[in-house]
Amino acid sequence: MAKSKEEKVLSTLWSAGCGSHGGCGCEIFVKDGKVTRVEGDPNHPFNQGRLCAKGLALPQYMYHPDRVTHPLKRVGERGEGKWKQITWDEAYDTIETKLKDIRSKYGAESVIFCQGTGRDIGGAITFLMYAYGSPNWVQVGLAGHACYTPRLGAMYATHGHYAVADCSQFLEKRFEDPEYVLPKYIIIWAQNPSAGCHDGFYGHWIIDCMKRGSKLIVIDPRSTWFSSRAEVHIQNRPGTDGIIALAMLNVIINEGLYDKEFVKKWCYGFEELKKRVQEYPPEKAEEISWVPADLIRKAARLYANNKPSAIQWGEPVDAMPAGSVVSQAINHLWAITGNIDNPGGNVIARNSHGVTTYPFSSAELTELYGADLVKRLNEKRIGANDYPMIKGFRGWVQPDVLIEQMETGKPYPVKAAWIQTSNIIGGQAADPRRHYNAMKKLDFIVCVDIFQNPTTMALADIFLPVCTICERDSFRSWWQPLGVSVKAVDEVGESKSDWDINLEMAKRLATTPIKFNTVREIFDDRLKVGNTNFEKLKAKGGWEFPPKGDKTRPYYRYEKGLLRADGKPGFDTPTGKVELYAKRFEEWGLDPLPYYEEPKEGPVSTPDLFKKYPLILTTGRRSPVFFHSEHRMVPWLRELDPDPVIEINDKTAADIGVANGEWVYVENPRGKIKMRAKVTPTSHPKVVTVPHAWWLPETDGKAPNLFSTWDHNVNNLTSMGNQGKSGFGGTNLRSNICRVAKIKD
Amino acid sequence: MPRNGLLIQYDWCTGCHACEVACKQEHNFTGGMVGIKVHELVTVGPDKVHTDFIPVTTRFCDLCAERVKGGEQPACVKHCQATCMMYGPVATLAKAMEKQPRSSIYAPK
Ligand code: SF4
Ligand code: SF4
Ligand code: SF4
Repeated sequence: MAKSKEEKVLSTLWSAGCGSHGGCGCEIFVKDGKVTRVEGDPNHPFNQGRLCAKGLALPQYMYHPDRVTHPLKRVGERGEGKWKQITWDEAYDTIETKLKDIRSKYGAESVIFCQGTGRDIGGAITFLMYAYGSPNWVQVGLAGHACYTPRLGAMYATHGHYAVADCSQFLEKRFEDPEYVLPKYIIIWAQNPSAGCHDGFYGHWIIDCMKRGSKLIVIDPRSTWFSSRAEVHIQNRPGTDGIIALAMLNVIINEGLYDKEFVKKWCYGFEELKKRVQEYPPEKAEEISWVPADLIRKAARLYANNKPSAIQWGEPVDAMPAGSVVSQAINHLWAITGNIDNPGGNVIARNSHGVTTYPFSSAELTELYGADLVKRLNEKRIGANDYPMIKGFRGWVQPDVLIEQMETGKPYPVKAAWIQTSNIIGGQAADPRRHYNAMKKLDFIVCVDIFQNPTTMALADIFLPVCTICERDSFRSWWQPLGVSVKAVDEVGESKSDWDINLEMAKRLATTPIKFNTVREIFDDRLKVGNTNFEKLKAKGGWEFPPKGDKTRPYYRYEKGLLRADGKPGFDTPTGKVELYAKRFEEWGLDPLPYYEEPKEGPVSTPDLFKKYPLILTTGRRSPVFFHSEHRMVPWLRELDPDPVIEINDKTAADIGVANGEWVYVENPRGKIKMRAKVTPTSHPKVVTVPHAWWLPETDGKAPNLFSTWDHNVNNLTSMGNQGKSGFGGTNLRSNICRVAKIKD
Repeated sequence: MPRNGLLIQYDWCTGCHACEVACKQEHNFTGGMVGIKVHELVTVGPDKVHTDFIPVTTRFCDLCAERVKGGEQPACVKHCQATCMMYGPVATLAKAMEKQPRSSIYAPK
């Protein structure tokens, strides 16, 4: 192995393929123009040389024989799987003609721009969409926006900024930095951090903290590696996290364990909160959540009495009934204990150097595209006018409203979709059949992706092949550090990067001329607020932390006047305080204080139906080797997790006559799927857990089979239209019901 | 030449499978061949159910012979997300093991 002839390129992982919301520094080894290996970069403070299974499998992903490497045009009916290879020119010409025609007949808003999860795609897709003139940026079928947005919205309303558990990730020297203090306790709230790096948080940072002495409180319906090692394991009924948080607030307030000085000086609405939480004593929480009241007390006391302590939370919080309200209650835990922007608490997380690569919020969109355009387009944005919190906070379409609009054509018809690295039918959408039926009727659909998947097969008229992170330049400022992804090899086949495709398309479709000639010009334009550019960052090894004193660097910025536009001390909220009583919620017509809402189905809400479907089904159990619907075709990964598996308690399985490894039907009023049973005492007797987004790329891709998505995608048991009052949260992804039965053949 | 091996402090192993894929990538193993496998171990204690993971080297582990020649760590050791693996002479590992609970040494070659 003549490794000496290899060239090493330092880069940042953040796109399809790497398998997460990214951030890892990597070494890409190249020989004869091909990537031979991808490894972790030992000098990168984010991952310090480590890398997950998905990152390490990148070469097999890149050079996979099934990868689509040329533009394709559909030649049969939708779903027939008949494609013809075409040139980029033909593809672009076709798209340009169609989309211009649709714009002149129905308006630009009739075209939706659809993305999957948050990666480097967000910057590129909004760039194209605003150039075309549509306001409709959407994660199609993501019921109740149940992916980080409810949490982000609640934090924005409460303290004007977002906060994350402090595992020293904001400091270049990490744990060695003298400013850093280790959290005494970390509450892991509804997440399995060893299975991935959600929301820009490297999961194994928790282990780094544990090794140094942090203790754990784990809130999870399942027994996990983390709960085995926790001081307290709150094994609650799925969907009841809100009442756990409210009862913990009740204990902390009534026992006087909160940070009185912080609350007095920096919080607004404490008395109102105090009054509200009287409705939620731990005994009431016990009745609802199955968790002994004393265990809730113990968790509350440990957290409040040990400062600093941090909370790391997961996506299930978003999918609770009224997800933004549950988020608000959890946010109040760190607020009233003063664990905000302190070392080892929940530190305020801002995009490094103030650079926006990916506009999360309405405010950022306005910054990038101008208030006029955003305001004008918002008048047409689907769902924004129904939900003030969506209009005020998130520049996205409300997905539950979208599906109705696609079906009814009211108030205006949706005619076309630009779908970029998003597997709507095969994983993203709740009730995928409903989306399939509605989207099949659209006049024109472009899919930009790496592989064929249930969505591209079912819907694409034109398929544009996109390249992986090793074949493209990109940049990233999702929290910190500021980083660049560096193109290490030429694009495989004729594929192109998302940014290249979207800039080229934007030049053809824009109503006013695009001022950028190259993608590099866009990057440098965005990076200039950070006093840097792509080449400078690349020369430094691909990353840089903000300088000392920068507004995007911790700690205690509220004391220093670094959070508000007016430069005054305090938080970026109407009152300048942490709003326990949220003025912004009030302004959006919502209850300013947190409350508990019961899942729509289950032992409490629908006891009769629950007799028929007596198990609580929680979906989205993460696998450490897959990211959402990705990676099922990569042998190195699939070998490790070959089948869609339902976890079921051993005694429960014995009762219904299911043995370990047997195939079962998982059924509820909405449908039936097939899973393989893993019989294990780690499951709660009344709860089964299922991974999301399963499809079998080795099976027939043509309709109706569509890679077996109808058989194995658990979203076939979920529905749209359960959104909370704010438009956020409230769907049945985590607190669903089902019955399980052995498949007899 | 002292005999080398791997010390794995399995109490920290989270079952993330990075070591397995690192090994496959390093050796370009296909068809399920691999130098290390991670097993889930579930035990029921008096008050709770425990989940642990136990990595075990296989007959295909060559301790990254090629790679370590250049002074690199074995691929699994470098990438272990819980940093719970150590490579070196067995005697050195045994010394380190005296201070590490719940660990094992593998000397595959
Ligand atoms: S999942 Fe985590 S470890 Fe893997 S590439 Fe993404 S950020 Fe890195
Ligand atoms: S030492 Fe090398 S060969 Fe052995 S398991 Fe680790 S990566 Fe594989
Ligand atoms: S990489 Fe480390 S933590 Fe992950 S499975 Fe292997 S030994 Fe365990």
